[in-house]
Amino acid sequence: MIDFSPQLVQLLSIDGERIPRGDFDSWVEDLDGAALLALYRDMVVVRRIDTEATALQRQGELGLWPPLLGQEAAQIGSARALRSDDFIFPSYRENAVAYCRGVNVTDIVKVWRGNALSGWDPYTVNMATPAIIIGAQTLHATGWALGAQRDDVDSVAITYFGDGATSEGDVNEAMVFAASFQAPVVFFCQNNQWAISEPVGVQAHRNIADRAPGFGIPSLRIDGNDVIAVTAATRMALDRARTGGGPTFIEAVTYRMGPHTTADDPTRYRDPAELAEWKTRDPLLRLHRLLTSLGEITPEVEAATAALADAAAAELRAGCIGMPDPEPLSVFDHVYTTPNATLERQRADYAGYLTSFSAEHDIAEQNGKA
Amino acid sequence: MIKVFKLPDLGEGLTESEIVAWLVAPGDAVTLNQHIADVETAKAVVELPSPFAGVVRVLHQPAGVVVHVGEPIVSFDIGGADEPTDSTLKTDAVAPAPVEQREANLVGYGPAVERGGHPQRRTRTGAGDASVPAASVEPPAAASVAPPAAAPAPASVEPPVAAPARERPRSTPPVRALARDLGIDLNMVTGTGKDGLITRDDVRARITESLPAPDLHGAEPGATAAQPATSLGDDVRESRSPIKSLRKLTAAAMVQSAFTAPHVTEFLTIDVTPTVELLDSLRADRQFADAGIGILAVVAKALCLAVARTPSLNTRWDEPAGEIVQYHYVNLGVAAATPRGLLVPNIGDAERLDLRGLAAALAELTTAARAGTTTPAALSGGTITITNIGVFGIDAGTPILNPGEAAILAMGAIRSRPWEYRGEVALRKVLTLSLSFDHRLVDGEQGSRFLADIGTILADPARVLTMV
Repeated sequence: MIDFSPQLVQLLSIDGERIPRGDFDSWVEDLDGAALLALYRDMVVVRRIDTEATALQRQGELGLWPPLLGQEAAQIGSARALRSDDFIFPSYRENAVAYCRGVNVTDIVKVWRGNALSGWDPYTVNMATPAIIIGAQTLHATGWALGAQRDDVDSVAITYFGDGATSEGDVNEAMVFAASFQAPVVFFCQNNQWAISEPVGVQAHRNIADRAPGFGIPSLRIDGNDVIAVTAATRMALDRARTGGGPTFIEAVTYRMGPHTTADDPTRYRDPAELAEWKTRDPLLRLHRLLTSLGEITPEVEAATAALADAAAAELRAGCIGMPDPEPLSVFDHVYTTPNATLERQRADYAGYLTSFSAEHDIAEQNGKA
Repeated sequence: MIKVFKLPDLGEGLTESEIVAWLVAPGDAVTLNQHIADVETAKAVVELPSPFAGVVRVLHQPAGVVVHVGEPIVSFDIGGADEPTDSTLKTDAVAPAPVEQREANLVGYGPAVERGGHPQRRTRTGAGDASVPAASVEPPAAASVAPPAAAPAPASVEPPVAAPARERPRSTPPVRALARDLGIDLNMVTGTGKDGLITRDDVRARITESLPAPDLHGAEPGATAAQPATSLGDDVRESRSPIKSLRKLTAAAMVQSAFTAPHVTEFLTIDVTPTVELLDSLRADRQFADAGIGILAVVAKALCLAVARTPSLNTRWDEPAGEIVQYHYVNLGVAAATPRGLLVPNIGDAERLDLRGLAAALAELTTAARAGTTTPAALSGGTITITNIGVFGIDAGTPILNPGEAAILAMGAIRSRPWEYRGEVALRKVLTLSLSFDHRLVDGEQGSRFLADIGTILADPARVLTMV
């Protein structure tokens, strides 16, 4: 395929060397050894949470899990660039973003265990719960950004979606409205190369980032496995939005190293050589190399990071397995914010239906029927 | 402590998976999340991480075997004391029902993949595009066996099509749950609901259909009684059987009744010689000779008459509604012992029947129960019950109320006993009645009067004249 826009922004090479770049460096000046180590720690912990959740699914404790393996830099770098009053509209794979937002690990897996329709209250962390409908969340983000604009606040909406979602009508509509109203929204696309089993080249003959200018939205194409480039690009886009510059589209080029979800088998459609190639571009590996050269990695730091990750995994496992089953009628609890007569009737009907399962009911019916 | 790991649903909606390889053997120590097996589902080969840290004790399934979701595949000893009962084992006895299997739902995969990433372009056919030779338009794919509608192939040419997967019987989840609890296979049940929907009553009807002939009057000795008294069993000292079917239903009913209705039981022993003489005279009467009127019919009639004088015995405590339901009719239940368990069919509007009608209804009920044709309608809606324990040679007991009813009358065996008669001791026909009633609905006064009324009628049938 012809590469129409070869200018991929990369600030950290695969070998762990910092690549200077005048127009981006100013956005990451404050990223010293300690700050980079904090980002590395986040990435190690979320990878551990992700593998533990995958194991829990294999052990029958979760119904499904969408692994983010390989996308840690894209998620951590962007999430850590946000302000607490910015609002996040994720797809279903942004579990590292939720972790950065302070969502409890047990709450993250609640919905995947089938114990709740959503795992957390969006307003306590300013992050919506996972959107399973592909791309729907981008409309919510544009809408929220229009609201922020009208409230005259400098908070920004950021929405996460994948390469496949850019072919959805919703995403295109969201971009049209964002451009028309110059809404303060950042479109953060993680191009992980695969829309389930469909390679990105099938639906995008040009780079994904090239789509946005057609809507009047400037775009950046960055190395999504480079946490420094991701941080720089996200900060730049957020600043544009905050200062009235309107929306920005970021294509973070990354790779989904695992399956689409635990119900998928990528070996059926993917060349193993491709995975091997991307393993050399692992986002953790290159940051580890940089930190080693900066003298930040010591045996103590390694041990402390591993302990942190293990503790998070243990907390996740205990929280997941110990989760109490929800009350069946709680399914009606958060459908509307105000009481609703139709829903109340459905709740009463369902309560009656549930009691019809019990042996007592059966006996009572058998004997009480006139 | 032994922990059993059962095969989970590794995809979305899968029913089975194949164990491709075990990477551990019994006796191996494993860590949490250690890769212990490769398992192939309809969607993927996945690595199975150990759910426990401990020692592998048993591999329940060898490699190469297709295992249903929910079946145990491996047990671990994780140290510590054994739990008294391992709840993870409780469903082991339930074998997955193959008829209920669903096709795996392959989320994320459409039809067979067309290689090359792009759909093959085909010539579009227009309605008037007759000039295009049919063969070049769109050669039917090899898999397509359906002939064009315009030129139907002879039936004999059509390749045999595999029988379509049989749809599972149509019903509703609560009824399926009931059938499962009772051990009824819905495939064996005929639905009478809308569009053949299987209803609760259909399931219950199936129970009665499958019952061996019960006996309302004579004792059913059963197979065990035929065994020599010295042998209670062969080699085993104990054996276990699952609690299910009618036994489970009866148990639930009895527990519910015994622990919700405060029971009071009263006894009355009476000289029923006049009733026995009355029955003899009826049998001698050409008009009644073939009516088959027995003591049970007289007790039933006496009960109906007594209910009219003390209606609170024929009521129901409706807790949810906070109301007492007074029945203005008597659906008279008669407890029937069957080898499979207790059934209480009832005679509808028994108070309207005369003695002959009651005797006929009792005979009909007996015949239906023997033939296994008791209808669900006859099993529901009882208001008060008689149980004839006399047929077992028993005198008295403390019967438990049929749930929802206010009273149950047990009639004992008629015995010849020395009894006071006209100031002297004489050999008389004596019977004991035992009446249990729900003290929420019935006070001692009403219960006693009701029982005394029945006793009075049996002791002196002519007294009915003072009651009606």
